[in-house]
Amino acid sequence: MQTRIIPQRGLTLDYLMWLFTRLTGLAIIFLALTGLGMGLILGARLQMDMVAVLRWTFFPNYNHVINSNVPDVTLGWVSAFWQVMQMLVVFFAGTHAANGLRMITEDYLGRLVPRNILRGFFLLLWVAFLVLAFSVIVGSAY
Amino acid sequence: MAFGKYTGWKGLAYRGGLPMLSFLLHRITAVGIILFVTLHIVASFAMQEGWGNWGTALNVIYESWIFQIFVYFCVIFHTLNGLRIVIMDFWPKLLKFQRDLLILQWLIFVPIYILAIYIMATTNLAGG
Repeated sequence: MQTRIIPQRGLTLDYLMWLFTRLTGLAIIFLALTGLGMGLILGARLQMDMVAVLRWTFFPNYNHVINSNVPDVTLGWVSAFWQVMQMLVVFFAGTHAANGLRMITEDYLGRLVPRNILRGFFLLLWVAFLVLAFSVIVGSAY
Repeated sequence: MAFGKYTGWKGLAYRGGLPMLSFLLHRITAVGIILFVTLHIVASFAMQEGWGNWGTALNVIYESWIFQIFVYFCVIFHTLNGLRIVIMDFWPKLLKFQRDLLILQWLIFVPIYILAIYIMATTNLAGG
């Protein structure tokens, strides 16, 4: 009978990612509230539908929010500060997600696929996601 | 659960109650969010790089109202459930009240989700 892979003690990837997942989860909530707050300051309450509110909340990018009916998007949104905020959201969410997928997959396929191959696959997926997302942010900068 | 045994669909019959349901839903909603965000970012990238109709073709998938209702469920549930997990992990004394916290979580979730669906149904879905 085979046994389950048991996590090691100490400063391992598992422990660090456990901590990281919780901290970034909180961070994403605060970043989203910040984006939503800025959206409300710029008139989200009266001039947008729900989709636009989500846009402003999670990814305050110039190309992204231009579809909402706010007269002058460039007023508060096109600045280095908001680009850094977007990058933080993308980095936290992407890493949180890649690690979560790795955990779920290791749970179900832990003994079928060698762990290094599995982790390498998710590492590649993570890097690809971040490259795509960052290129969208930087590419749409004004 | 059963170590070293293939449980398959019998896993679904495991009577873990509300905590087990949250555990499953947390995973399902996580995959839902990842699906949405990945499609969305690939679509934006495709539009930005001018890959023909790829961007708009991908937009059609995740902009459909079925997908939107699903994504709202995912985002709101995953946020609230994640917050509950973080709170319980950082203050382990609260583990005693896990079931009460879960009921509280659903009491917060249901009105928010119904409100979101209502707003979507009256504004968004009507416009297609």
